[in-house]
Amino acid sequence: MSYCLATIHPIALIPALPLLATILTALLGARYLKRLSHWPVMVATAVSFLLSAMLLVQTHQSTANDHQQADSGEIVTLWSWVHVQDAYQAVPSSERETEDLRIDVVLRVDGLTVVMLTMVTFVSLLVTIFAAGYMHDDPGYWRFFTYIGLFIFSMTMLISVNNFVLLFVFWEAVGMCSYLLIGFWYQKPEAAAAGKKAFLVNRVGDFGFLLALFLIWSTYGTLNYYGTEGARGVLDSSLPLGEASGLLICLLLMLGACGKSAQFPLHIWLPDAMEGPTPVSALIHAATMVTAGIYMVTRCWPLFAASEEAQLAVACIGGFTALLAGLIALTQFDLKRVLAYSTISQLGYMFLALGTGSRAGIVAGMFHLVTHAFFKALLFLGSGSVMHATGTVDMRQFGGLRSRLRITHITFLIGCLALSGFPLLAGFWSKDAILTAVYERSVVPSYAGFYTTLFWVATFTALLTAIYTFRAFFLTFYGPAQHPSEAGESPHESPASMWIPLAILAIGSCLIGLVHHPLEHVLLQTPSLTGLDVTEVGHVAWIPLMSALVALAGIGLAGWFYLRGGELLDRITGLLKRCGLYQLSEEKFYLDTLYWGFIIWPLRCMALICYAVDRWIIDYLVDFCGRCPRSFGSLMRSLQMGLTSFYALAMVLGLLVLMAARLLSQLT
Amino acid sequence: MNEVTLLQNYLILSGLLFGIGLLGFLVRRNMIVMFLSVEMMLQGISLSFAAWGRFHHDWDGQIMVLFIIAVAGCEAAIALALILVLVQRSQTLDIAHWQHQHEAGQLRFREPLVPEATVTTPIWPQLSPAGVEPEPDLEAESHRKRI
Repeated sequence: MSYCLATIHPIALIPALPLLATILTALLGARYLKRLSHWPVMVATAVSFLLSAMLLVQTHQSTANDHQQADSGEIVTLWSWVHVQDAYQAVPSSERETEDLRIDVVLRVDGLTVVMLTMVTFVSLLVTIFAAGYMHDDPGYWRFFTYIGLFIFSMTMLISVNNFVLLFVFWEAVGMCSYLLIGFWYQKPEAAAAGKKAFLVNRVGDFGFLLALFLIWSTYGTLNYYGTEGARGVLDSSLPLGEASGLLICLLLMLGACGKSAQFPLHIWLPDAMEGPTPVSALIHAATMVTAGIYMVTRCWPLFAASEEAQLAVACIGGFTALLAGLIALTQFDLKRVLAYSTISQLGYMFLALGTGSRAGIVAGMFHLVTHAFFKALLFLGSGSVMHATGTVDMRQFGGLRSRLRITHITFLIGCLALSGFPLLAGFWSKDAILTAVYERSVVPSYAGFYTTLFWVATFTALLTAIYTFRAFFLTFYGPAQHPSEAGESPHESPASMWIPLAILAIGSCLIGLVHHPLEHVLLQTPSLTGLDVTEVGHVAWIPLMSALVALAGIGLAGWFYLRGGELLDRITGLLKRCGLYQLSEEKFYLDTLYWGFIIWPLRCMALICYAVDRWIIDYLVDFCGRCPRSFGSLMRSLQMGLTSFYALAMVLGLLVLMAARLLSQLT
Repeated sequence: MNEVTLLQNYLILSGLLFGIGLLGFLVRRNMIVMFLSVEMMLQGISLSFAAWGRFHHDWDGQIMVLFIIAVAGCEAAIALALILVLVQRSQTLDIAHWQHQHEAGQLRFREPLVPEATVTTPIWPQLSPAGVEPEPDLEAESHRKRI
């Protein structure tokens, strides 16, 4: 046994342990574990986190040792899943030699993977601990932890595989876990509908992703990221790339990323996904699963690097989504939905950073991903704590909770400050890095106008972020003290299992901003990112200053509006309402309505037509076929009257007919 | 009387036997009479076999008659046993009693009018002791007439 354990690489254990815990909980949860169902997942995730942290430290040390020579990462081959000989022959007009289709289950240890692994397992661990308190007394306690364990397994696999097909498999697996967890309270119609919506919207993105996979296969003849034994890789491929198909692959991959990471055309599922339990919102819909799109684009960067148009598309989608979601978040009254739109907005930021295509931009995007995971998980768990105390997320129904929920108040404040980019907290550093990267890109001549616009859009979004974050904060914790009647006499602070994760995340949100440079070193170990050109444009001093000012201005404005300026706020809202802008934001720019009118409604009509055709035409044809023998039989049946003499007569008549036939045939 | 005339006469007789038997089978409802009619048809056929055998000067026809007698004997045993069972169940020899054998609820072509049997307590004939002339049992005789 010790021999076995010694030979198993930690990277294989990291997904394996949560899977084991899931199986254990699924089998034993309902009967034996019951209230203890969180233990297997919690322990497994803790061990996974320790292993991930160990790998991170190892990778960092190896980075420190040979800085220049980036190897292609450590590779662990588990088994071969698919091996089709000479599969590439089937691709028409391929002039190259025959290729095998090989899909090996290969896990790889490189900078990008270990950073993501550490982040995912850390947040998962804290969310699991939080959920043990939050989900207490829920009848589906063991089911919840089974799903969570399955999700952690799928997510860790998603970020450590070395193959596009396996990436797609686990991409779908996390989508399924998300579906199961959004619809966790499936008796609630809204939750069931939200789960369905998330699943269906993701199908659109996955369709693009799948097409991209086909195109990659027919272009490169392999689906591995990087070469392994006996197979080449896509991303380190030196093959010439058709300009058009390269751009197409990038755009289709981006469509997939848009679905999973809730970017503009496909972002509509994420706010509705807040129907799920709050720990799920924190884990899946804020910190980990929605960043899968960012991870995928970062991983495939060599493909995007080939075409500036693809980079521009990524940046534009990101920037536009950031602005759009920020504007919508201003008028929402559901605390979790404000946070959901803020997540969409921040994911847009990350895409914007990736879209700059520079080394600084990609590092900034990943950096923002990590910091965002911290403070957004913190904010969601904080909102979970508020929900736990008051029983609702409607900000109009509670207020002035700061004296009741002291710990939640302080940690939530830290999260809000970090999100809005308050100087020296996490969000400040990463947002600053993104703004700098975009600014640097806008100095480069090609498409400079776009990037300049995007820079100002991003700055404006930063202002919006500060305003809506603190609007939510002030509405929740300040103002006249009130809470809904169902919360009882006084809302109480959450138990220790809930506030300890909050505190840890709050500390993390304060400190995580310091890891920018170590993170950069580790990330640049990733083979995808080694080829990036280093464009050192001298440090732009005014950007951090400006972003800090913007954040402070946003916080100040929110404070002015929501703490003292009741009249002023009313006047401004009234003005905006007259212009119709307020309604536009409140109704989410009518996107849901548009989708309903142009996609859902016609599809429903088509479904209705299909139903009618099936029910009234096809079914009736089948019924008709079934009725023919019956009606024919009913004609004959009436002859069976039971009168023996009649049967005898029938026999005689039959005999006569036979004889007549015989006679006639002889005559002719 | 030449051979052909002889054959014709036999065939006419056998045809008459067969026709009368057939008519009896078709129109009577008493099971035993129906059975007897069937026997009569068989005899008609047997006679025609024998006549043809005679006409062709071979034995095949008469062998066939022997077969028919054997088969008719077996058939008589079976048919009488069946009739006995049916009579014990229904207390009547009327075949029309057994006409309602179809499933419930099925459409019927037409409901033939069958008169109801009037006697409820059957009186069965009893064997008289040998050597003594039986007393005429009027009631039993009336019953037998009905049968």
